[in-house]
Amino acid sequence: MSLIIQEIEKAQMKKEIPQFNVGDTVKVYSKIVEGGKERLHGFEGIVIKRQGGGSRETFTARKIFQGVGVERTFVLHSPRLEKIEVLRSGKVRRAKLYYLRERIGSQATKVEEGV
Amino acid sequence: MMDNLLGKKIGMTQIFDESGNMVPVTVIEAGPCVVTQLKTKETDGYNAIQVGFGQNKKLNKPMKGHLKESQARYLREFRNENTGGIQVGQEIKVEIFSPGDMLVISGITIGKGFAGNIKRHHHARGPMSHGSKSHRITGSIGAGTTPGRVFKGLSMPGRMGAVRASVKSIKVVRVDAEKNLLLVKGTVPGKKGNLVSIKRTQVAKLVAFDKQTEKKAEKKADKKAEAKA
Repeated sequence: MSLIIQEIEKAQMKKEIPQFNVGDTVKVYSKIVEGGKERLHGFEGIVIKRQGGGSRETFTARKIFQGVGVERTFVLHSPRLEKIEVLRSGKVRRAKLYYLRERIGSQATKVEEGV
Repeated sequence: MMDNLLGKKIGMTQIFDESGNMVPVTVIEAGPCVVTQLKTKETDGYNAIQVGFGQNKKLNKPMKGHLKESQARYLREFRNENTGGIQVGQEIKVEIFSPGDMLVISGITIGKGFAGNIKRHHHARGPMSHGSKSHRITGSIGAGTTPGRVFKGLSMPGRMGAVRASVKSIKVVRVDAEKNLLLVKGTVPGKKGNLVSIKRTQVAKLVAFDKQTEKKAEKKADKKAEAKA
């Protein structure tokens, strides 16, 4: 990648981002505009993937809401992302936890606790 | 008024706008350019400016004579009706554009070599199995004895790409005057490092057109109201 583009991307990146990996349970607070007002919306789930590099990096969190699997992808360096709380760290052997999608019941949210 | 610039395509990335949305942008190193010649209706039959971009270390004597002090590597001509106030030797920088401007950007597209009909003309491919052998072939190119020839302009395999193409109505997202960078929304023809020519579009004309149509619509509405009354 050219230096110029690297510089542009660097300027977009946030300086302080908590360290978290695939398998960790996180709570993500994002700003949403509702009826002309801005408020924080929390989304708690297991990180099932992180992809992309530089300012384009995204991660996907998955949770079971009312018996239905819900996944949401966030742009890591987005200014709309207020903060990320790492609630639990998990020990996993995969970079992408797509196998959780096929799991039913309590297995679906079970990731071995680690470190 | 300065409406034209030459630049080098650097590549693509994504940036966040004011509301936090991600915008795909192409980064162009635009300018600084030099006006190398002014063409006028009296001498050349039309109004245009010739713009130079880049550095050329090895210039032959005729080129030196034409360029005077500048050492431009690429020269391109732009039709420009209002050349008033523009002088030969004048420098053009990215500042002539500001975020929100609409541009037309032209360049040489990526060459694909000798390409088949599927890639070149978006034909559908044949079945890949069940005894079929017509996987990616051209297919029929016409009937038999009548008309007894192949019609002109029929889509056939051949050289694809590496031709000049333009993208119209491309929006300026950011201008970096210090680094001579122009960030525009969306894609621009060509590979990284390609020369692109940038032109401001005549948005003003479009606005005027919109106003005309608006007025017409208003008149219609008025007439309807009158008819009802």
